[in-house]
Amino acid sequence: MNKPRKIASSALLVICSLVWLSPIYIIFTNSFKSREEMYANAMALPETFSLRYYLDAMNRLDFLGAFKNSLILTVVSVALLIVFCSMAGWMIARSNGKVSRVIYAVLILTMLIPFQTLMMPLMQEMNSITKATGLQMKDTLGGLIFMYLGFGAGMGIFLCYGFVKGSLPKSLEEAATIDGCNTWQLFWHIVFPTMKPVLVTLSILDVIWIWNDYLLPSLTLKSKINQTIPIGTQMFFGQYTIEWNLAMAALMLTIIPVIIFYLCAQKYIVKGVAAGAVKG
Amino acid sequence: MKLKRSWYVLFVAPILIPFLLTVIVPFFRGIGFSFVQWNGMSKTPKVFVGLQNFADIFHDGRFMTSMGRTALFTLITVVLVNVIAIAFSVWVTSEIKFRSPGRAMLFMPYLIGGLILGYVWKYVLGQGMTLLAANTGNESLFFNWLSNPKYAFLAMIVVTTWQMAGYMMVIYISGLEAISTDVLEAGRVDGATGWQEFLHIKLPLLMPSITICLFLTLSNCFKIYDVNVSLTGGGPANSTEMISLNIYNEIFSQSNFGLGQAKAIVFFFIVAIITFIQVRVTSSKEVEI
Repeated sequence: MNKPRKIASSALLVICSLVWLSPIYIIFTNSFKSREEMYANAMALPETFSLRYYLDAMNRLDFLGAFKNSLILTVVSVALLIVFCSMAGWMIARSNGKVSRVIYAVLILTMLIPFQTLMMPLMQEMNSITKATGLQMKDTLGGLIFMYLGFGAGMGIFLCYGFVKGSLPKSLEEAATIDGCNTWQLFWHIVFPTMKPVLVTLSILDVIWIWNDYLLPSLTLKSKINQTIPIGTQMFFGQYTIEWNLAMAALMLTIIPVIIFYLCAQKYIVKGVAAGAVKG
Repeated sequence: MKLKRSWYVLFVAPILIPFLLTVIVPFFRGIGFSFVQWNGMSKTPKVFVGLQNFADIFHDGRFMTSMGRTALFTLITVVLVNVIAIAFSVWVTSEIKFRSPGRAMLFMPYLIGGLILGYVWKYVLGQGMTLLAANTGNESLFFNWLSNPKYAFLAMIVVTTWQMAGYMMVIYISGLEAISTDVLEAGRVDGATGWQEFLHIKLPLLMPSITICLFLTLSNCFKIYDVNVSLTGGGPANSTEMISLNIYNEIFSQSNFGLGQAKAIVFFFIVAIITFIQVRVTSSKEVEI
């Protein structure tokens, strides 16, 4: 490419990227404006940077509570998914019995089932479990974490299985067994640390999914004390009574943590998303 | 042998138990629910109606329209997302400045999540447009997209494309980076122009990525829910209601649990068939060198 074209292309890319993110810029600037200012000019920068609407929105949303719930939900679910999926994925990949083949096939096939097909009977099933065991499944974070384990199993085991089959040398495990490791030690000392690349990919995909998930939590988490960030944000958008100043401050409150997470882990996120998709 | 089996159970059971209880059991229970008439209250009995629910689906005008609408939406969005994503990926892998921040910014919307993105655009295309019309006095250029059925549908396409294009771009980038420089070099020696290089070298070698991206966009668009809820809520007057939202409304708003579940089962078969055909067709077009 010759130089003028290169410069033009670079400049165009900058403009295009900025335009691409302009909706977020619009929300950002308007989240500081008073109602009058917003009506006077929707596109201009605010005259004063007042955090009033942020504080209002934080109180109304119970932002800290919702943030804490989202964090607990995401961290615990992802941690358990990583541990359980790597355990099962390794075990299934290393034993070629009929049972393993059936389990693997079922896990992969069920990834095709849309959530809408399962949501209603899932809620009935959770009621049945509560009735049978006394454990509260609906409207608790624990119950929701349990459901995320179920829905994350397919992709988690798929990725771990693929990694074990493709890039985990069997000789490594054999050597450890000769040295006297039992299965438990073998897994935790040898296999689990070696699986790190695929587990990073898996956790990135699961974090994006669970942090942003809306439909499943909206079905189970009914009380305000349990609400997650997406559920809380939704409250600002009642059909006829949207207070846009507050709503936009609330939107920015939900977007900012994502941007921070993105800036901190950009390399892993982009790699993880690409790798996860390619293997899917 | 017995010891080996207990290790197996210990390693597989922790994930398999939640999987069975949240996916497998509800799937079969769901099939059962599709044969009954029920309003969801535990006190009301479930009345067995055989295949009546499935017959009713075809007389449900709202569902059939939303099915057609979802198909049209999916078709347009899949093409748009992939064309834009391929263009972006070729652009940001060329030797220009700012390609890394460019990539990062174009990818960002995907991370924010459909519900929030829908709300962002609800302001931009709804309230924001109304304000702009008042500010500028130009009402033919600026108007509330979300109160007009045609433009609300268009808004669904715009927002979904915006959300997914960056995601697909990332996948296409990794596809492009896997193409060996020898091949491109050989093309250049033979005098291929930029456009020829793209059309005859990059695009055919990108076929595996295209398979993946078509699969992902197709199933994501067909199942679209979050953006639908937040951006238009299905409105105005149900004119943008997609299948997922229709099923949700049938079950949880209208309390027709049996009919809604029958729709959900039909939905499952459609998704399964489409993705199966699509993977079949595109994988046969992949080339190897």
